[in-house]
Amino acid sequence: MKFTWFNLMPWPYLPDDFRETNRSVWVDIDQKLFDPAKSHEVYNTYMDLLEYADTLGFDGVGVNEHHQNGYGIMPSPNIIAAGLARRTKDAAIVVLGNSIALYNPPVRVAEEFAMLDCISGGRLVAGFPVGTSMDTNYCYGQIPSLTREKYQEAHDLIIKAWTTREPFAFNGRYNKLRHVNLWPRPIQQPHPPIHIPGGGSVETYDFCIDNTYSYSYLSFSGYLRAKALMQGYWNRVEERGAPDKSPYRAGFAQTICVAETDEEAERLYSEHISYFYNRCLHVYPGFADAPGYRTIKTIQTGALSQYAPPQGGYTQLTWKELTEQGHVIAGSPETVRQRMEDLIKGLHVGNIFCLMHVGNMPADKCMYSTKLFAEKVMPKLRNMFPDYADDTRFWAHPLDKRVTSGRLPKEAPSAADLAKTYA
Amino acid sequence: MELKTVQTHHVPVRYLEGGSGPDLVYLHGAGGVTAEDPFLAALAQKHHVYAPLVPGYGDSEEAPEIRDMLDFTLHTWDVVAALGLKDPILVGHSMGGMIAAEMAAVQPNDVSRLALICPAGLWNDDHPIADLFSLMPYEMPAYLFHDAEAGAKILTAGRDVTDPNFLQTYLVTNARQLGMAGRILFPIPERGLSERLYRIKAKTVVVWGDSDRLVPPFYAHGFKKGIAGAELVSIPEAGHMVILEKPAQVAEAISKLG
Repeated sequence: MKFTWFNLMPWPYLPDDFRETNRSVWVDIDQKLFDPAKSHEVYNTYMDLLEYADTLGFDGVGVNEHHQNGYGIMPSPNIIAAGLARRTKDAAIVVLGNSIALYNPPVRVAEEFAMLDCISGGRLVAGFPVGTSMDTNYCYGQIPSLTREKYQEAHDLIIKAWTTREPFAFNGRYNKLRHVNLWPRPIQQPHPPIHIPGGGSVETYDFCIDNTYSYSYLSFSGYLRAKALMQGYWNRVEERGAPDKSPYRAGFAQTICVAETDEEAERLYSEHISYFYNRCLHVYPGFADAPGYRTIKTIQTGALSQYAPPQGGYTQLTWKELTEQGHVIAGSPETVRQRMEDLIKGLHVGNIFCLMHVGNMPADKCMYSTKLFAEKVMPKLRNMFPDYADDTRFWAHPLDKRVTSGRLPKEAPSAADLAKTYA
Repeated sequence: MELKTVQTHHVPVRYLEGGSGPDLVYLHGAGGVTAEDPFLAALAQKHHVYAPLVPGYGDSEEAPEIRDMLDFTLHTWDVVAALGLKDPILVGHSMGGMIAAEMAAVQPNDVSRLALICPAGLWNDDHPIADLFSLMPYEMPAYLFHDAEAGAKILTAGRDVTDPNFLQTYLVTNARQLGMAGRILFPIPERGLSERLYRIKAKTVVVWGDSDRLVPPFYAHGFKKGIAGAELVSIPEAGHMVILEKPAQVAEAISKLG
């Protein structure tokens, strides 16, 4: 199993009446709600928490890209990842990912991911999302019905840049480049492992299967609701004649909160869960799905945007319902272990993106929950798929010998020292 | 009106045909057009009307290779040629007006009579055009009609919202139609037309509903100024769907073109 500690980086100061007084947490969120001076502490706390997860033995630390979004103050995940590449030792740096249709030219992603791979010593896991309709169409102005074509071209260009060892010309529809010549290039060969976040479109299933990429379903609605979608993926893996059904071909994001007991979990975390589901997911439905963003085939399979809220909205859901229906896995280590086992077996997923910082959760509670998960839950789930223990195709392959930050001597050398060294 | 098909270079194009009189090509807006459209009926009283559907609209085939403004413009000229028409009266509403204006700018010698009904295509930061793509269905009537309540009835007529397949059918239709429209209208319905308006030689009438809240009447002046000799007809108590609210008055304004 691969457990990635993930932080969406929500803005923790949305007011109590946010839902009533604001149309959307995303795209046209009221800028006055963001306080740059307060963000200084928020950013540094969030990065500290990601670094803390590395010290507890999580396999990866994860970041993602959202724009103009109250629950994600990370429009550039690569900036956070660069900090993590320096300050973490062993965890993979899981950037899930860069919305490659938005970068002009997408060579920029090939370069920045290469830099992250080099700085981290080959620890990068690269994610290529199409990006939500909110991010890609409404914030970044991409034409909905051309977004996928542009994404595909960006992908082809990045892979070619990563794998071609001499300059080449690229005559795309959206990118016309005379001299593509990647410098620097990634440590991992032929390129870092690639994870593709998806929301149930058959085209994305096939794209992952055909290229040996891992398919990630980044849902906030939990594993019970994800069963049909993930089953669709595994059926497709079989239909498409993939050589195996390795669980590492798939990943799933799950909100997780651990305490000593189920009661303590509710007492400690319910207000933060409520903050996330009721304030952070308050997205104006008109932004959920620009016409043309989703393919006809996908709409016909019934895969609608997860940002279209459930009947009645999340406000109707109590802690009991959120946990029982699996939106959230919360409780004692034993409760969480059982439910995680159900999730892992039920969805047949090897990569878990653990959403352990939730809403406006303060750092102390987050550390408490994270530590309990790392020490009392994770070890018991490690060997769920012994048959696939050797499958490393979907994970980072770091250098054996890596340097860490802060290796310079405390003092600059004297003239005499240098004379001796360079005699 | 009769629904027919004509082959073009890219795809077979569906079009509505009816009426008698001088040839007139009508280009529909982002909402599409049907055989029952009262505006087509009004035009057909004095004209031989051809109303081609943009690929992806109605039951017509999609054309993924039509991506940008020039593609739309040339494709629509292909349709006119395939219909065997020479210098028809060219009429366009909203998105269709934008395409018609582009056609007249690109081939000025092939269009002598042009009617633009609250056309898209210009942009001024101080007069933003509402974002059609992010509007919820229940928000649309207020933007589209002078009388929102009556407009809502027009929009929902013939739709069975209790049908369990309604939502999926609605989403598929939207994805096909507005997905295609988005190629020239998203996120801002402007593709450089203002720099080409000067090329238009046609006798032009610009028609606007006074209460248009989608594309504000402000833009009427941009078209009037940009096209030499253009005449402006303002219609009171009508919104963006002036063609449904006042079909006879719009048809009357167009008949001035001869």
